[in-house]
Amino acid sequence: MIRYDVLKEIAPILRPHLVVCNIGIPSQELHAIDDQPTNFYMLGTMGLASSIGLGLALAQDKTVIAIDGDGSVLTNLGTLPTIANNVADNYILLIVDNGSYGSTGDQPTYAGRKTSLAKMAEAAGCEHVVECAAEDTGRVLAEAIEARRMTVIVSKCESGNRKMPVITMDPVVIRDRFMKAVAG
Amino acid sequence: MDISQKITEDLVAAGIGFVTTVPCKQLAGVIDAVERHPALHHVPSNKEDEGMGLCAGAWLGGTKPCIIMQNTALGVTINSLATLIQFYRMPLPMLISYRGELGEPIACQVEMAVHTKALLAQLHIPAYHFHHQADVEELPRILDYTFMCSKPVAVLTDATFWGGY
Ligand SMILES: Cc1ncc(C[n+]2csc(CCOP(=O)(O)OP(=O)(O)O)c2C)c(N)n1
Ligand SMILES: [Mg+2]
Repeated sequence: MIRYDVLKEIAPILRPHLVVCNIGIPSQELHAIDDQPTNFYMLGTMGLASSIGLGLALAQDKTVIAIDGDGSVLTNLGTLPTIANNVADNYILLIVDNGSYGSTGDQPTYAGRKTSLAKMAEAAGCEHVVECAAEDTGRVLAEAIEARRMTVIVSKCESGNRKMPVITMDPVVIRDRFMKAVAG
Repeated sequence: MDISQKITEDLVAAGIGFVTTVPCKQLAGVIDAVERHPALHHVPSNKEDEGMGLCAGAWLGGTKPCIIMQNTALGVTINSLATLIQFYRMPLPMLISYRGELGEPIACQVEMAVHTKALLAQLHIPAYHFHHQADVEELPRILDYTFMCSKPVAVLTDATFWGGY
């Protein structure tokens, strides 16, 4: 399973919740699979989806799922201790770990080699960390939402991308409709 | 009232509820006051671009944010300012210690000081420079202005403002 297959499978689980989605092809894929006003698409800033998701979860009560990538978490590793030490039980960080910088042509990341993001999250102090096979992502995600406790999920999937159109929606429109959905 | 206390009260009066910080010696007092204020949710960040992500999330969630950081952090936040805060048009007051100005004991701090205003100008970020203690009187209006125009706005606070080190 590649990222697209994971996103396709979890889209119905994501739909009622607030989603902050990683830059590049992940956002393009989610947008093509199931565009929702409750989706916040990152269009240009690599690494901050998990931070935006945490800030959002701390600021309001609805469940927030930040979908991030292994490369993006690696570029903002400081996010793991911040998450661990600022527990928001309405927050789930789903790291789609395809072991590569998918959007830029599948260059390998260190997460695909020796580095375990799940162990790094645990070492950072995150209390509920689940590493799972891509096929189990839906079940693990649904359980984490149901449990309503802060969870970091590392979904191990294959590297690869679907050819997707870029998101042409204006960023201010994305932001405005998202904020209305948050407040609604 | 102590200057750090006054700044913190101004943040609260502006409706700010979420503050992220990375320390600077000059900012120690205000970070302390932020941490102790019951109306402020203080989430320290490990790096200032991470902090800007947290602030963006708080804003999306309906809480007015503020970041407190050193001017050296401009180097690691330019991309986040341009592609997140400005691109999605979000307000972000940035209370910045302006290291490397008169009274600075550490030569290296001057290296970023000389670029600070130029970088902010290049980014079209409104910037206010607090040099005398009385300059703090403008803070409430600067905060209102920031949320009025939905832009990142910098408040540079130098060593003279803080009364030396
Ligand atoms: C500061 C910065 N450096 C590099 C890039 C280019 N870039 C965009 S997406 C991406 C890969 C992200 O990889 P990952 O988070 O693992 O997501 P994946 O596409 O693999 O799901 C890179 C390197 C960028 N946008 N910003
Ligand atoms: Mg990846």
